[in-house]
Amino acid sequence: MEAFEILLQANFWAAAIRIATPLIFGVIGALICERAGVLNLGIEGIFVAGAMAGWLAVYLGAGLWTGVAIAALVGALFGLLHGLFTVILGLSQHVTGIGITLFATSAAYFGYRVAFPSVTEPPRIMAFQPLDLAALKLIPVIGPALAQQTALTWLAFACVALAALILYRTPLGLAIRAVGDNPASVDAQGLSVAGLRMGALAAGSALMALGGAFLTMSAFNAFFFGMINGRGWVCIALTVFASWRPEKALIGALLFGAFDAYQVRLQTLAGGIVPSQVFLMMPYILSIVALVLVARRADYPRALMKPYIKGER
Amino acid sequence: MSGIGEAVLRLEGVGKRFGALVANDAIDLSLHRGEVVALLGENGAGKTTLMNILFGHYVADEGRVMLADAAGAWSELPRGSPQAALAAGIGMVHQHFTLAENLTGLENIILGTQAWYSLRLSRREARKRIAALMRRTGLQADLDLPVDRLGVGERQRLEILKALYRKARILVLDEPTAVLTPQEAEGLFAAVRTLAREGLAVLFISHKLGEVLALTDRLVVLRSGRKVADRPTAGADRALIAQLMVGREVDVARPARAEPGRPVLVLDKVGAGQGRGRLSAIDLTIRAGEIVGIAGVSGNGQATLAELVAGLAQPIEGRMDLLGSGAPANPFEAIARGVGRLSEDRHRDGMVAEMSVAENLIMEQRWSKGVQRFGLIRRDAARDAAKVAIAAFDIRCPGAEAPLRLLSGGNIQKLLLARALAGAPRLILANQPTRGLDVGATVEVHARLRRAALEGAGVLLISEDFDELFALSHRIAVMHGGALTPAVAAQSLDVQTIGLAMAGQPGAVFEAAA
Repeated sequence: MEAFEILLQANFWAAAIRIATPLIFGVIGALICERAGVLNLGIEGIFVAGAMAGWLAVYLGAGLWTGVAIAALVGALFGLLHGLFTVILGLSQHVTGIGITLFATSAAYFGYRVAFPSVTEPPRIMAFQPLDLAALKLIPVIGPALAQQTALTWLAFACVALAALILYRTPLGLAIRAVGDNPASVDAQGLSVAGLRMGALAAGSALMALGGAFLTMSAFNAFFFGMINGRGWVCIALTVFASWRPEKALIGALLFGAFDAYQVRLQTLAGGIVPSQVFLMMPYILSIVALVLVARRADYPRALMKPYIKGER
Repeated sequence: MSGIGEAVLRLEGVGKRFGALVANDAIDLSLHRGEVVALLGENGAGKTTLMNILFGHYVADEGRVMLADAAGAWSELPRGSPQAALAAGIGMVHQHFTLAENLTGLENIILGTQAWYSLRLSRREARKRIAALMRRTGLQADLDLPVDRLGVGERQRLEILKALYRKARILVLDEPTAVLTPQEAEGLFAAVRTLAREGLAVLFISHKLGEVLALTDRLVVLRSGRKVADRPTAGADRALIAQLMVGREVDVARPARAEPGRPVLVLDKVGAGQGRGRLSAIDLTIRAGEIVGIAGVSGNGQATLAELVAGLAQPIEGRMDLLGSGAPANPFEAIARGVGRLSEDRHRDGMVAEMSVAENLIMEQRWSKGVQRFGLIRRDAARDAAKVAIAAFDIRCPGAEAPLRLLSGGNIQKLLLARALAGAPRLILANQPTRGLDVGATVEVHARLRRAALEGAGVLLISEDFDELFALSHRIAVMHGGALTPAVAAQSLDVQTIGLAMAGQPGAVFEAAA
C-alpha cells in the first residue's frame, strides 16, 4: 500500500518534475534538429558543455541569467560545428555526433581541471531558487510540487509551448518540417536547405545546453565529472517515443522523471530485500519497453540522416 | 481569348559542358503566351540540363536566359538562382515530385510563400486563393490530408497548383504523364489547355508522341545537346518525330550469326511484378546462338523481365523455362544454371566499389573449387584469375588488388563482362550493356557479346539505344506498358517502326509476326 501512497506525495512529484526538466530541454532540442533532418548525437557532450559553461560563468561572477545565455551560446556553437560537418560537408551524422560528444565532454572536463587544478569538494554557486508561487499551493499534490520548481523549469515548459507553436503555427515551422521530410521541396520553393538545417541545429543545441545548465545551476549547484550520466542519450530515445511531437515529448520526459523518482522511493521501502541496482535500472528498462511499443509505428522524418546535395536525385 | 501571344521567354545560345561532354550546345528557344511547346529528345539529349539551367540549378557556360515582364520589358534572369526563377514566374513540375509528404497539400503550396520570421501562418487567405484556382483550372486536390496519403495524380495536381499559386507565367512539365493513368492524363491535358488559353506558356517534356501531337502547338527537338528541329506541331506525325529524335541513319550491317540452336529461354504468357514495372502475359523465346533485343523506354517492364531471368522475381502466371528448368528461385541458382548477367545499374547492383578488382571478379564463383579451399578464399588463385581477365579483356587498372572504384566506367563494365563470361554462360542477360560508356568500350563490349553468341550462348539484350539494338540483335521485340511485341527479324525493322511501337503503336510488321 505504501508503494501507492508515494504517488500522492507532493515531494515525489516535485522530484519527478525536477528530474524531467533537463530531459525536457534535451528532447525538445533533439526534436527540433531531427525535424529538420539532422540526428544530433552530440547531445550528450553538449549537455556537459552547457553544464560547465553556465556554471563557470556564474562562478566567475556573472548573473544567473547571463550564465544561462552563455550556456545556450556554447550549445549553439557546438550545433553549428555539427552542421558544418553534416549539413555543409554532408558527412555521416552518426560519426560526427559521437565526435562532438567526445570533443565537448573532454573540452569541458579539461577546462574544469585547468580552472580548478586541486579541489576535493566541487566549488558551489548560488543557484536558481524555487519561485515559491503561493497561488499554486492551493492545487492539491501537483500545486505544491510545482511551487518548489525554479525559473528554469518554467522556462522548459515555455520552450515546449514555443516549439509547438513555431512548428505548427508559423511559416518557419512549416519549412522546418518540410526540410526534414523532403529537402527538395524546400529547395524547389526557393528556401535554403542548409540555412534551415543550420538554424535548427543551433537552436536545438542551445536547448540541449540549457538541459545541462539546469543541472549545475538549479539542481546540484556544482559541476563534477560524470554528472550528465547518459541523460542526453535518454533524450534521443524520448524523441522517438514522442513521435517528434513537442507535447508528447513533455509527457515522455515527465514519465521518465516519475519512474526515476519512484524507484528512489521504492528503494527505501524495499531496501535490503531487492538489490538497489534493480531499481536503478527500472526507468531505463521501462523506457526501452515504451520505445519498443511506440517506435514500431514511429513515423521518422523521411530525410533524417540524409545529407542534401543539390541537383542529386 | 485564344491564340498565341507575345514572347515571354527567350533562351539565347545556351551552352553547358560537363567535362568533355557537351550537354547543351548553343540552344536558342523562345516561348510565347498561350503556347504549349513540346521539348523532345532521347535520353541524354540535353533536355534535363536545359531545364536545370532555366530553373537556376545549373549555371550555363555560355548564352543567357531572357524574360519579359508583364509590361513587355526584357531582362536577363540572374544565373544559378532558383529564387530568381521562381520570382520571375517560372514554375516547374519535376518528374520526381518535390512535395514534403508529412505536410498537407495546403501546407506544401504555401511553403516558402510567407516571410519566415512571420509569427503566424495565414492559412485562410491561402485556402481562398487556392479554391479559386481549383475552380478556374479544374485541378482538384485534397488540401487537408498529408501528402503521403494522396495518389500520384493528386500529388501532381498539387505541384501544378503550387506553381500557379506563385503566379507562374511559364510552366514546365517534365514527363508529367509518366506516372498517370490515361484518365488522369486526359484531365491534365484539359487543365493545360485551359491554362494556355488564359495566357500561360507551357513547356511540355514527354517521350509519348501521341500526347505531344494532341496537346502541343510547336515541337522543339534536341539531339546530342543541339537543337535539331523547331517547327509547328501541325503537319508533323509520329514517324517524322521519331526520325527527328533519332536523327542519323542507323548502321544496318547485320552481325554474322550461328545457326540458332535449342531454346535457352522460353516465356509463355508470363506475368510478373507489380505496379509500374508489371509484366502481363509476355511471350519470348531465345535460342542458343541468338541475340534478341528488347527495345523500349525504360520503366515499361524491362526491369521485371531482367529480374525474372536473374532469379530475383518469380512469375505469377504463365510458364517459364530457363535452360531446361522453370524460373530460378534465386540469383545463385540462375548463375549455377548458366546465366551470365550485366546489370542495368552496374554501380548499384553489379559491383562493390571498395573491394578489389580480384574480389569483384570472383564474386560469383566464390564457392567453386578454383578460388576456395576449405571455405577459405585462395587469394593467390583469385589474383591469378584477375590477371588473366585483365589481360584478356584489356582492363586498364592499377592492378588486381586496386579497389574497383578507381576504374573508369568502361573498364568496370569490361570487368563485369569478364565475370559474366567466366562460367561460359549459356544465356547472357545484357541489360543496357553500354550505357554511359565511351565509343571504344562500347565497341569492345559489343564484340564480346557477338562472340559469345557465335560460341553458342543466347543473349537477352535490353537497350534504349537504337544503334546498339540494330548492331547486335538478330531479332527485336518492343516493350511498352508491360506488354511485349513478338520478336521480329531485325532486317525487316527500321527505327521509325520501333519508335512507334515504343509509343504503344506496334505496326503491321509486329502484328504479322504474332
